[in-house]
Amino acid sequence: MSIQNLNTFDPFSEEGDPLGDSQDVGSQADYIHLRVQQRNGRKTLTTLQGLPKEYDAKKLLKAFKKEFACNGTLIDDEKMGHIIQLQGDQRVKISQFLISNGIDKATIKVHGF
Amino acid sequence: MASEEPMFDPKLKKKKKKVIFTEDPLGADADPTTPAPEIIENTTINGDAVDLGPATAHELMKSKLDEGAGDQKKEEDDFKAMFGDLKKKKKKKEIPLDLGEGSGTSTPVTGGGEATESAPVPADDLDFSDLKKKKKSSKKKATFDLEAFEKELNENKTSSKGGAAAEDDEDEEVPTGAHLELDEETLGENPFAQAQETPVGVDAGNEPWLKSDRDYTYQELLTRFFASLHAANPSLLSSSSQRRYTIAPPQILREGNKKSIFANVADICKRMHRPPEHVIQFLFAELGTHGSVDGAGRLVIKGRFQQKQIENVLRRYIVEYVTCKTCKSPDTLLAKENRIFFMTCESCGSRRSVNPIKSGFQAQVGKRSKNKTG
Repeated sequence: MSIQNLNTFDPFSEEGDPLGDSQDVGSQADYIHLRVQQRNGRKTLTTLQGLPKEYDAKKLLKAFKKEFACNGTLIDDEKMGHIIQLQGDQRVKISQFLISNGIDKATIKVHGF
Repeated sequence: MASEEPMFDPKLKKKKKKVIFTEDPLGADADPTTPAPEIIENTTINGDAVDLGPATAHELMKSKLDEGAGDQKKEEDDFKAMFGDLKKKKKKKEIPLDLGEGSGTSTPVTGGGEATESAPVPADDLDFSDLKKKKKSSKKKATFDLEAFEKELNENKTSSKGGAAAEDDEDEEVPTGAHLELDEETLGENPFAQAQETPVGVDAGNEPWLKSDRDYTYQELLTRFFASLHAANPSLLSSSSQRRYTIAPPQILREGNKKSIFANVADICKRMHRPPEHVIQFLFAELGTHGSVDGAGRLVIKGRFQQKQIENVLRRYIVEYVTCKTCKSPDTLLAKENRIFFMTCESCGSRRSVNPIKSGFQAQVGKRSKNKTG
């Protein structure tokens, strides 16, 4: 039996170092980034990066492909995580789709020209 | 009074029509891929581009004052819209002469006194010849709220006064290739609105309440106060008129088929007081390409880009890294401390960290053989 008062109390035992997870502090990890990349000619690629964990990227991709009538793929990047890549410039459509399905507009960042 | 009302009414109708127009273009505005609506004008007098709203509390008061001037008129219009509209439309067909009376009854009792006195002023300023401009200026407005209406009113006032010089930044007839008007939609405010604000009310003893037996309103007194304040110290006014911030539009040339040249990148960076490396890094990250700086100091970007596209990106750069988020002043310094960029405002002294530039995921384009890592 241990006497409670004699236990050494470590205030950071559960939380860990409060400054330890500082890579999360100033980062934009919670943004959904929509980017566009130019290919040859008039062709473009759209990438969606930073999808929250609670959404199934595979199902979302399927919905995108059907909705926007374009092809696309799911890329597993070791640094960036799951990326949805679609053919053509679908940035506006994606953001509209996501917003209409209940994702906050403030979390979506549209990049590119 | 009856003689003034007919002047009012056609305009009222037009305004209402405009409101209907607004919905569609706005949707287009929200679309980031559409080309920047702004066309760059060479001929601006004021010559400054980022319009970031009132920079100081003082200016804010001033802009509110603008609202105050047109407030009564707006009120009246609103009431008409609410009550008088249905009735009036019917009446118009049958007895056009009855119109003045009909709308007169629909004006609110409270606003009756000052409405007749102050309303004609903006009404006279409105020029029906530039209807087109009105339509355009209304494009931005999402809702028919008071502020939007107010801005519109001011724009109309100024456009009739300033004539050709007072081009709206969205005006499409303006020839391309001049000053990059960086206008935040939400903060859009007309620089010309200030210019004519001063003469109004400076002449003491001309106040409308002197002639009638009614009491002065708060708005009128406020107008009077600011008029005399600015008459006493014009330096306050000049600071607010320098609010607009211009940079030259980017000059984009095409080199060959697959490269674009951004010729005046150095000039633009100098105007923004930002190191070119930072700007270039941002450009490349946003455009998802890469490139280099050639011997003449021009930036060679891989990929085909148009001027408006680059302009769009620059606009975002300015919002993110140049203007102070607190006071909207472009007068800021960017300094790096411990691998984090901090932006210090020169005019209000605020200091904040800015997001690091990240290019994010780059998809594989082009030949794989060229990319050794891929």
